[in-house]
Amino acid sequence: MSDEIKISVRNLNFFYAGNHQALFDNNLEIRANHVTAVIGPSGCGKSTHLRTYNRIFELYRGQRAEGEILVDGENILSPHVDVLELRRRIGMIFQKPTPFPMSVFDNVAYPLRLHFKLSKSEIADRVEDALRGVSLWDEVSGKLKTSGLALSGGQQQRLCIARAVTAAPEVLLMDEPTSAIDPVATLKIEDLILQLREKFTIVIVTHNMQQAARISDYTAFFYQGRIVEYGRTEAIFTNPSNPKTEEYITGRFG
Amino acid sequence: MREHLHNELIRLKRLLAGVAAAVEEAVSRAVAAAAGRDALLAQSVIDNDETIDRDEVFVEEECLKILALHQPVAGDLRYIICCIKVNAELERIGDLAVNIARCALELSERDDALPESIDFASMEELTRRQLKLSLDALMSNDAPAAAETLRRDAEIDAFEKNTRRLAFAVMRREPSRSAACVDAIAIAGHLERIGDCATNICEDVIYLEEGRIVRHDGALQEKFD
Repeated sequence: MSDEIKISVRNLNFFYAGNHQALFDNNLEIRANHVTAVIGPSGCGKSTHLRTYNRIFELYRGQRAEGEILVDGENILSPHVDVLELRRRIGMIFQKPTPFPMSVFDNVAYPLRLHFKLSKSEIADRVEDALRGVSLWDEVSGKLKTSGLALSGGQQQRLCIARAVTAAPEVLLMDEPTSAIDPVATLKIEDLILQLREKFTIVIVTHNMQQAARISDYTAFFYQGRIVEYGRTEAIFTNPSNPKTEEYITGRFG
Repeated sequence: MREHLHNELIRLKRLLAGVAAAVEEAVSRAVAAAAGRDALLAQSVIDNDETIDRDEVFVEEECLKILALHQPVAGDLRYIICCIKVNAELERIGDLAVNIARCALELSERDDALPESIDFASMEELTRRQLKLSLDALMSNDAPAAAETLRRDAEIDAFEKNTRRLAFAVMRREPSRSAACVDAIAIAGHLERIGDCATNICEDVIYLEEGRIVRHDGALQEKFD
């Protein structure tokens, strides 16, 4: 795997409305084609941090980020960046599956129609590829016209991943993608994440430390808005260097 | 949050301390049996080994259970790994005590003297002290003490080497005393192996505390030499 840096976060500070600071001087290098897990107790800023990468926080009034987030060397916090294009390049999967209220097919075809000019047959091919890519094709090929909302929770989440992937992103952000899903469906999604790593750079926020240990190459531990420790996942989980990390991952607080 | 796991770890430490105490006792008794040519004492060491073996299996099963049920990480993970390894070392030390006891049994059936030039008392004391220090370091999670103990293993090795040399000299001079010389070499060899096991326990303690595997780390030896 490459050691190329895909995202370089430099001195990132984040403020919610009312100038309430949630992130303090975050510095992080996200490696391309690796899975980076972000862990930490509730309220530590891990989701807030993730939400700066595609500027989705801008949808909320009064929130602002300071510092630099370089994606392939370009600061995406700059006002000149095309936010729609940024969000195509940096896709996001949420905790609760968010299928659009439309058919399974149209869900996956949505980004294709939004971002690319393709013929009907090309769209059909890409939808099939995407659904096969998330191992959902065999389960839904007979019901492509039914509503995406009619699928099970695990299927809905895989549908959302298929939809995110059809936009041909470079980075996938996942904010607790399996916390609303049963253990078997969770393992399917974890397998999927490991496959997706071949093509995409993945950053995943998770409350499940075993999950972070199982699927990530690098782990960042957040506490009170600061990055306390960042390193190879196996080092963090066998011999963390910061006592705070040790306390958290061994369940001595949080 | 993981109080249950932490209680299990405390319980595990107590179990391991029990095995350690039984093994220390076995070594002391085996050595005393050899020195006093005491067949009864030697036999008690051999008979008691079954209990040590059973306890060793029990401790290992407990470790596996904790791994499977709690999936410990970081310091907790290293602690379980350390317990599994130390537990195996303790069982091996128990077996070496049995070997010494068997030598004691043989000696008890004869009245030939061991070579006088060999200072068995000092070697035994040194070995027992190394074992005790390694177990103390384990129980008090004391990596510097473990490193210090590790360094002193060379003294036991030198003793063993010297024993061989002296025993060979006696054998050459007085071939009729060969049997006693062979016993002396065997006992010294078992003591030396016990010293090695104590060394391994010290290395496990350093891993537990510092997360470094120092087993083949010449640099560490040099650092303390």
